[in-house]
Amino acid sequence: MTVVDKSAQLTRKDRGRHADRLFWAVCVFAGLAVLIILALILVTTVNEAFPAFSADFFTSTDWIPNDPDGDGPRGPVYGTLAFLYGTLVVSAIAVVVAVPVSIGIALFLTELAPPKLRATIVTLIDMLAAVPSVVFGLWGILVLAPAIAPVYQGIHDVVGGVPVLGSLFGEPRSSGRTFMTAGLILAVMIIPIITSISREVFATVPDSDKQAAWALGATRWEMIKGAVLPHSFGGVVGAVILGLGRAMGETIAVALVIGSSVQITANLFESGYALPAIIVDQWGESTGDFRAALIGMGVVLFIITVLINLLARVVVRRAEIRMKGASA
Amino acid sequence: MNRNVLSRRVLAGVAIAALALAGCSSKEDPATDPSAGAGSGLAALSGELKASGASFPNTYYQEVITSLKDEAPNLKVTYNSVGSGTGKKEFGSGLTDFAGSDSTVKDTDGVPAGTFLYVPTVAAPITISYNLKGVDNLQLSADTLAKIFQREIKTWNAPEIAADNPGVTLPATAISVAHRADGSGTTNNFTKYLAAAAPTTWKLGSGDTVAWPADTQGGQKNTGVAQLIQAADGGIGYVDLADATDGKLTFAAIKNKDGKFVKPTLEGATAALAGAEIKDDLTFNPLNAAGADSYPITAPTYLLVKTTYTDAKQKELVKAFVTYLLKDTKDLAAELHYAPLPAELQTKALAQLDKIS
Repeated sequence: MTVVDKSAQLTRKDRGRHADRLFWAVCVFAGLAVLIILALILVTTVNEAFPAFSADFFTSTDWIPNDPDGDGPRGPVYGTLAFLYGTLVVSAIAVVVAVPVSIGIALFLTELAPPKLRATIVTLIDMLAAVPSVVFGLWGILVLAPAIAPVYQGIHDVVGGVPVLGSLFGEPRSSGRTFMTAGLILAVMIIPIITSISREVFATVPDSDKQAAWALGATRWEMIKGAVLPHSFGGVVGAVILGLGRAMGETIAVALVIGSSVQITANLFESGYALPAIIVDQWGESTGDFRAALIGMGVVLFIITVLINLLARVVVRRAEIRMKGASA
Repeated sequence: MNRNVLSRRVLAGVAIAALALAGCSSKEDPATDPSAGAGSGLAALSGELKASGASFPNTYYQEVITSLKDEAPNLKVTYNSVGSGTGKKEFGSGLTDFAGSDSTVKDTDGVPAGTFLYVPTVAAPITISYNLKGVDNLQLSADTLAKIFQREIKTWNAPEIAADNPGVTLPATAISVAHRADGSGTTNNFTKYLAAAAPTTWKLGSGDTVAWPADTQGGQKNTGVAQLIQAADGGIGYVDLADATDGKLTFAAIKNKDGKFVKPTLEGATAALAGAEIKDDLTFNPLNAAGADSYPITAPTYLLVKTTYTDAKQKELVKAFVTYLLKDTKDLAAELHYAPLPAELQTKALAQLDKIS
């Protein structure tokens, strides 16, 4: 009887080993697939964009996809600086506005809010994350932009004479479709992402650390500053980077509210353009080098996103070492 | 819409073709039946046609396809409004059976010369729409228009505008210029018009996208431009007639080649087509056309069909569809604010189909 049992176990073990190998193969393949897909995207897009890569592409602020004088010295010129500038400015505004708000909400939810209210707010924020970006864009052009234009005018009237602020908040566009509007819309879009990740990170702070802070007589803010924030710095930076990535790649909402003017200006109340926005706007009727230039801008966006993610890793690692060193 | 006209024709067609249809439907692929497409009427046609291209005639083509469904229920036609550039590319690589294009084919478009034919379908006026309190009948000449869109004129009471509008009190409102942010055949035709009618003033050239001055604003599609014009007092922009009418915009009268100020209407567009010189391949340029009634900013649009279809069945389907579009949908076109071809050009367009082999 025992003999029969053993043989049955052996067969089962054998089958188990096969399944194990299969599982291993599937996992490795899935892991490699990500890398392969990324590499292939980069290779094919660079290949497609190659005709457009010239000195002008990276240094010129002119975007003249047609040929104004037929045989022209003036065109076509595919300079991408103005779009790169717009993408960076708009994402910066979004992060500057969204980060304090998101961290505030996350701290409120984990440390202050009564449990009943907490569930409601979490649901509401998750709903905000589920709103499609085109809805934000339409809301931006139909509601926010016309309503906020007078506010811009007011800010300009107040700070217009101050040296640095005066150039940042210059004469506003009457339509309200500006860098600032696009940045604000993006801020609303990335707040749910940053908030929900930060909230989860704050929730992982060990209760013993907090209790220790309380026991030392810390106020609530001192407890947050001394126990919660150092422990969760890395995670919060990760959340911000995820938000930044979303902001840089956001296409339709930005295309609708940014105003579509090709220019580099310090005035945040002026119309501008962004990399994803020009790609989605002009792809349909593009051919030849023009199309290559648009794909090239996709490559630039791709590389920037990868660089920012790498930078974030470095920042997180350094911060963690420093924080641990300080607390030890 | 014009269901009455259609249903009468449907009745006649169905009665004749009912037998043929009944015979066909029992087979697996009715289109392989030699009786189909052999002149037994639209209802006997079956199969699938794929097309893509220009967005400017899209509203019209979609309505044509919808009304054709009543007559040829087994013929499935799809037209994707992806833009002329992509349309030509897809046509060139054999993905579609025919393409819609607002512009003629260039070497870089991916469609080899000699493999396709142009079939003009409709034309439409591009309006210069504006939003200026107290001014209802603005008149503009090509030079003034060029200066406005190049931002050389920045207020509505500039002497150039005043000279075009004798006796009208113009306010000192700032002009805000709206253009298309997306690459567009409308931009191409508008800038081509400026290059032709104001050659010394207009310096930005022509194309689906041009380098607009930085202090102008872009809107997405015709509706986006219409919305920008309405958003601010002092706004001006170019919008096709259908969207400008839907958006209840105010149109300026434009000075044509004969020196008359003409408002954008379908009659003005048809007059421009009649005044345009038609080339042998049936491409033509109705922009800035001669004739006292011609509206000068009139844009043509074409279908591109292959000279040779490897599949005889596809050939018949393409011919049937284009013939139907040219012959039977004139009322539909006018209803949707597109100008039908004048009789002479229509005959030529139909003759073009006989060259398909």
